[in-house]
Amino acid sequence: MYRYDDFDRQLVLERTEQFRGQVARRLSGELTEDQFRPLRLMNGVYLQLHAYMLRVAVPYGTLSGAQLRQLGYIARKYDKGYGHFTTRQNIQYNWPKLAELPDALLDLARVEMHAIQTSGNCIRNTTTDQYAGAAADEIEDPRPYCELIRQWSTFHPEFTYLPRKFKIAVTGAPNDRAAVRVHDIGLRMHQNAEGETGFEVIVGGGLGRTPFVGKTIRDFIGKNDLFSYLEATLRVYNRFGRRDNKYKARIKILVHEIGAEEMARLVEEEWAQIKDGSLKVSDAEIAQYIAQFAPPSFETLPDDDAEFARRKVENPGFAAWVRSNVVAHKQPGYAIANVSLKPIGGIPGDATADQMERVADLADQYSFGDVRVTHEQNLVLPHVKKADLFSLWAELSNAGLATANLGYVTDIIACPGLDYCALATARSIPLSQRISERFGDLDRQHHIGELKIKISGCINACGHHHVGHIGILGLDKRGKEFYQITLGGDASENAAIGKIVGAGFSEAEVVDAIEAIVTRYLEIRDAGERFIDTYRRVGTDPFKEVLYGDR
Amino acid sequence: MAIVKHDTVIDNDWITLDAEGDLPAGDVNIIVPLDRWKAEQDSLKGRNGGVGVLLVPGDAPEDIAADLDRLALIAIRFPAYTDGRGYSYARVLRERYGFAGEIRAVGDVLRDQILNMHRCGFDAFDLKDDADTALAKVRAAMAEMTVYYQPTGDGRATAGSLRERRRAGQVG
Repeated sequence: MYRYDDFDRQLVLERTEQFRGQVARRLSGELTEDQFRPLRLMNGVYLQLHAYMLRVAVPYGTLSGAQLRQLGYIARKYDKGYGHFTTRQNIQYNWPKLAELPDALLDLARVEMHAIQTSGNCIRNTTTDQYAGAAADEIEDPRPYCELIRQWSTFHPEFTYLPRKFKIAVTGAPNDRAAVRVHDIGLRMHQNAEGETGFEVIVGGGLGRTPFVGKTIRDFIGKNDLFSYLEATLRVYNRFGRRDNKYKARIKILVHEIGAEEMARLVEEEWAQIKDGSLKVSDAEIAQYIAQFAPPSFETLPDDDAEFARRKVENPGFAAWVRSNVVAHKQPGYAIANVSLKPIGGIPGDATADQMERVADLADQYSFGDVRVTHEQNLVLPHVKKADLFSLWAELSNAGLATANLGYVTDIIACPGLDYCALATARSIPLSQRISERFGDLDRQHHIGELKIKISGCINACGHHHVGHIGILGLDKRGKEFYQITLGGDASENAAIGKIVGAGFSEAEVVDAIEAIVTRYLEIRDAGERFIDTYRRVGTDPFKEVLYGDR
Repeated sequence: MAIVKHDTVIDNDWITLDAEGDLPAGDVNIIVPLDRWKAEQDSLKGRNGGVGVLLVPGDAPEDIAADLDRLALIAIRFPAYTDGRGYSYARVLRERYGFAGEIRAVGDVLRDQILNMHRCGFDAFDLKDDADTALAKVRAAMAEMTVYYQPTGDGRATAGSLRERRRAGQVG
């Protein structure tokens, strides 16, 4: 894992002091709320419905045990004892007091964390595969490049007042777990004909009110040239992205309006001017970062563990958890363990201070002190010995963290919605809780198989409903919440935007509607066929039929 | 109103002209909008006084690339501090075309943007404050951060280059 050096530490401390000064100016009245707003937003502080909210960056979703423990401490000291993991692999606290924020940030700085650029029209936290450095299907660990992107984008003087926020995601594996095709820039590692590893550059993807799957503007950019290429792309966007309408200001609209070819031409033209400049990163410098993310000291083990096999046979609960939550590791004898933050009937992505501390301890004990946050709002212990999985599961169970539902119908992404958010038009959390309860039976979930439900409480799509296999968008119709359903969305390498299935449903009707869709799927699926594949085969009509009949 | 440049408050001896209207006496320094420069540059070049160009968001700094040796000053307007196009214009002028004259930030120029502007090549800041306040703000803003990750044309050493130097020192 990357550890700060004195430069990184100094930068975060200076930023903390700078923000302390800004808060003091606000509290003394020297700054009005209007003047303070852009300053606090640059540091992840929002004003929500009931209180300020602090969003803390978890760069590329990677935490050490010590960092996660500190996040628990902060939840207890400055919040109401819990935090909420977000789709940007970050964590947010919903109840901090303004006057205490500078101290909270100082406590974060103690473990090399901060809230820099977690909001505002700047380059946000770069996200990546939560299994980076562990996944069996990985071409190369994307984290060294993510860290270089973090540094390049932190307080970038030219790109702090972009037309709109800007999100970059990187995948180092062909199975895209980072949703790179629905980001402002998506980077997909692959090898060219010469056997070099580099990046496909995808721009203009995104969700929100106008969802798009991104377009490839370059098939391959070498590692040394990645940063000049990013700078060229951002400069084109900063200069030519629309600023007349905030809903048309994302890079996806620019790409859509001028076309991917013209976008590529502009970027290439700009890049030609700067590619041999000081942003060229040498192999030696890249090697320094790769070394920072060197694999932990794995033991040499056989891939099969007899004890592990025996426990699975003896304990169906454990077997069920392994089946859904444990993923293949590239190192023989090890596995990736997902910690679901989606207990049946719970709030997606919420974790209590106790749970954070418990997972931190388990990470130190079983996973080389390495924890990941996923964009699907779960946690991961990426490097667990198969022989340790049973003990880990037992301890997670005691902490209410062993729900065996990863990728299942109850592993729902939901935005905070009208319970917290000032922009929301409907509640998301209570709906996700009701769906979770309806499908709570584990055997039934397993029978249904992979099915991703994503819920947004307004058109801004923070809950990623456009790329849910089943997407739910909460709207307000004459003072009443109603929910629009989309089908066929997909955030993976086969990215697709879901299609609206028909008229929306009332709060009372919507869970039945979801169940009707699922029941129909079970009736018509071929053996072993996932929901999304069935949908692609049969289209919308069979589902419309059960939802609307002859209507 | 005060203009801070190179850690001091300077007198404004430039007049900013509109798109149309009479020119002042030939020895007066003038700043003209880009379109006016393009239309009237033949006559403007003959003036005794200095000539500068004002760029607003949407203008292309490339349009004056060939004229930079005739221009003493380029003003870049921020109609709102949130409109960040001017940062790119300044970098293109400094780093691509090697403009060595004054680049002045005008418009909605606030304390918390000054360091970024300076990193992008601005060296003069037109603030809506009295002289003492303006100078104090610029000084405070410039001192707040001392670590920089990105190479720009501002001459500041980046964290990356300092690390490189340190490694070389350890080896040697």
